Amino acid sequence: MKKFLSKVYVAFIFLFLYAPIAVLVVFSFNNSKSRSVWHGFTMKWYAELFRDEAIISAFGTTLLVSLLAAVIATLIGTMAAIGFKYMRKTPRTVLMQVNNIPMLNPEIVTGVSLMLLFVYVGRVLGGVELSFGTLLLAHITFNVPYVILNVMPKLKQMDSHLYEAALDLGCKPAQAFFKVVLHEILPGIVSGFIMAFTLSFDDFVISYFTSGAKSQTLSIIIYAMTRKRISPKINALSTIMFVVVFVLLLIVNLRKSKDNTTTKKKQKGMVKL
Amino acid sequence: MQQKNIVTLENVCVDFGPERVLNDFTLSIKDKEFVTLLGPSGCGKTTTLRLIAGFLEPSEGKILFDGKDMTGVPPYKRQVNTIFQRYALFPHLNVYENIAFGLRVKKTKEKEIDSKVRQILKTVNLSGFENRDVSHLSGGQQQRVAIARALVNEPKVLLLDEPLSALDLKLRKDMQVELKNMQRETGITFVFVTHDQEEALSMSDTVVVMDNGVIQQIGTPEDIYNEPINAFVADFIGESNIIDGIMLEDYKVLLDDVVFECVDKGFEKNEAVDVVIRPEDVDVVAPEKGMLQATVTAVTFKGVHFEIIADVNGFKWMIQSTDISYVGDNIGLYIEPDAFHIMKKSAYSGMFGDYSTFSDEIEQLSDVNFGEIEGNADE
Repeated sequence: MKKFLSKVYVAFIFLFLYAPIAVLVVFSFNNSKSRSVWHGFTMKWYAELFRDEAIISAFGTTLLVSLLAAVIATLIGTMAAIGFKYMRKTPRTVLMQVNNIPMLNPEIVTGVSLMLLFVYVGRVLGGVELSFGTLLLAHITFNVPYVILNVMPKLKQMDSHLYEAALDLGCKPAQAFFKVVLHEILPGIVSGFIMAFTLSFDDFVISYFTSGAKSQTLSIIIYAMTRKRISPKINALSTIMFVVVFVLLLIVNLRKSKDNTTTKKKQKGMVKL
Repeated sequence: MQQKNIVTLENVCVDFGPERVLNDFTLSIKDKEFVTLLGPSGCGKTTTLRLIAGFLEPSEGKILFDGKDMTGVPPYKRQVNTIFQRYALFPHLNVYENIAFGLRVKKTKEKEIDSKVRQILKTVNLSGFENRDVSHLSGGQQQRVAIARALVNEPKVLLLDEPLSALDLKLRKDMQVELKNMQRETGITFVFVTHDQEEALSMSDTVVVMDNGVIQQIGTPEDIYNEPINAFVADFIGESNIIDGIMLEDYKVLLDDVVFECVDKGFEKNEAVDVVIRPEDVDVVAPEKGMLQATVTAVTFKGVHFEIIADVNGFKWMIQSTDISYVGDNIGLYIEPDAFHIMKKSAYSGMFGDYSTFSDEIEQLSDVNFGEIEGNADE
């Protein structure tokens, strides 16, 4: 009985969590503009979606900004994490705290402050206005802390003598990094990259403040659409975005759990010795 | 043995922030020699090894290889290889690739790599393990892979940082013999770091005893054991009773109000000295036949002998004897003249050599902690 109740409880939690999304997904296939009555299955909203040039171009912008921001943030974040690792304890703790602040900071604050900064710098330098460039910079900024957060644990787990062992066997520092250290922290880097891409892909608040009129992302388009007339296209678009983000997060989490089991296996192996 | 010096450290000092971890360190290591750096954790022995490997630069002083100044030369340009405490094998490579790593970096021809790797695998008794994953090997096997990975590069000097501390006792003894044989066969200079005095005595040609970043004594294992230079060395290497004495004249020492004959000379008249008497050099005799009278306060059976703690005028001696005594027995102690070793007074006088607070448990606890503390200190 207890078991049954606990299962029901869990079922309810998931129901409340996913009901809105489920409704959204179901109605994206509804053969009518109605948001309450089911008129049969259709794919026409998806078809229409791909005919809408504004959406296609926004999709292009979103993909480009997410990919670029993720790649650049991964590079910066990985280098930063390695730098942190070899710092003395006090500055490292301080910097990790500083690194955590932007993640806890309300997005709207980050968004507005970045916009103010870009506008100010634009005025000082002249000619720089909100555009794809500022959007990209903003995305890189909020991605970097997440990459660091993903790479740091891998660096901590790594036997710090591995790098020295590589130097000892004749590697130059850069060679030692690419031949040994990179292999050890690669899972963290990949997780960080996917995480950064996901965050960029579905970001609305910060993009809203930092993108110019010519560089709208998907979430901005959706927001704009809801203000004019409500079209079930929004349902279709939102469904696609949800699926993309869901799949990416699934990959990250599966990688992490797989990683945990292998380290556990390794630890078990060590015990046997 | 050749007399050429392969590695020389000249007046080397190392500072970590405000702390001086190595002070005025001067050591010459001869070619084909087995040198052990021995000392408690935090004495600077691992630091010395890292200096030779090139992971650390001295704050003052010079390091010479074959007479050439090596200060500032990065690790990858030095002809030394290191075996790390926890082996530091590359987890993403199998046994073969781990061993081939150094050769590949040097762009050796594939054919040569193959023959060298297979040859060295035979030497370390791991033929047939080429494709194994290193994380699936036992501790002893990982150790052998680490040795093979270093030796395949034919280094002039091999540095070993407490390589046996992670192995269990039996395996450790076997590896001690194997390492010593390997060193003899290959003719490579070994610089071995350990806190285990027994390991140091049984394997080395030369032992360097260190404490607080300062060399206390350099000598053969026999010298270090029989002629310790001060109370620290006497206590760290084996068990010692260290008693305050007065050197009355050559060959005559006064301790506990009894004048003993000894074989030491060259001290000032009536100079205060530390007298070392090893527990195995004290014979238990009937009270009336003894030179000193003592009361037994504790007896422990150690297998080969009994370990007896005996009270002599309030000072507790340790005696190792094959004959049993019982707590409360009055016994006599008899000591041959050549069993006395006289040392000049030092900063360590009075800190060691009294067994009144002696406890087996404390010794064992501190042994266990050694490994962990050393490991943490590296990070």
